[in-house]
Amino acid sequence: MSNETEIQVAEQQKQEVVETEAERTRDRKAFLPRTDIYEDGDAITIVADMPGVDESTLDITLEKGVLSINGYVEPELPEGYSLSYAEYEIGDYQRSFKLSNEIDQEGIQATIKDGVLRLMLPKVGPAKARKIAIKAG
Amino acid sequence: MFRTLRYPLSPWREMERLRREMDRLFQDFPSRYRINMAPAYPAMNIWTNENGAIITAELPGVSPQDIEISVVNDTLTLSGKREEQECGENVRFHRRERGCGRFVRTIQLPFQVESNKVEASLEKGVLKISLPRAETDKPRKIAVKAS
Repeated sequence: MSNETEIQVAEQQKQEVVETEAERTRDRKAFLPRTDIYEDGDAITIVADMPGVDESTLDITLEKGVLSINGYVEPELPEGYSLSYAEYEIGDYQRSFKLSNEIDQEGIQATIKDGVLRLMLPKVGPAKARKIAIKAG
Repeated sequence: MFRTLRYPLSPWREMERLRREMDRLFQDFPSRYRINMAPAYPAMNIWTNENGAIITAELPGVSPQDIEISVVNDTLTLSGKREEQECGENVRFHRRERGCGRFVRTIQLPFQVESNKVEASLEKGVLKISLPRAETDKPRKIAVKAS
């Protein structure tokens, strides 16, 4: 814990999702969650900031090689109070990633804690025998 | 205060005038609520009524023991630290959008706060601080007597 630097955030305001093909049907705005993607020898890890989302309001789907993350936020507006100063908007989170062939799509694991989603995408070894894990429930 | 202008149609004056017009245009733009640029991390929203205020901030990935909240009279100071990623060695980054490090923010409220009734909760990465107004600062209602 040598040097503690000031936190640097890439962009202050949340980036809104640009709707290209299909429009959203929910009436709330969708934002792109800030994401770190890093890769080591065995796996690619995606870490996304989604405050206000927990495991019951999170949808992760994998379809035709595209991994889509959808986090729904139920805004808790304080009753009896009025908003006098706003620096951020509250909305859903949505982001999609295209996966390459070297990801073992069966072995993707996701955990969410404190509004941070961690996705572990293991890489397929070239000559590894594929073991299929059976999970209960 | 008038200055004698040597070059009456200076391009800077025109640009200044244009900038003022654009500022006025954006200020009068009707919107549900204006989103202000946060001067520092984290972005905060402030809700008020006559009994107090509630401040919400988005702090995903920060644990409660890394946050310090202190209240002095009418000023709230929020500081803390966002932990760095633990990743192993030999790691290659494709995207790096999340930041980590220390943050400090100070907000001044329009009233004095009852400091021993301040409550804060952190849930799913959203910090919510409720600040009740000090009893001595509440407006006193004055009855008008008819004579």
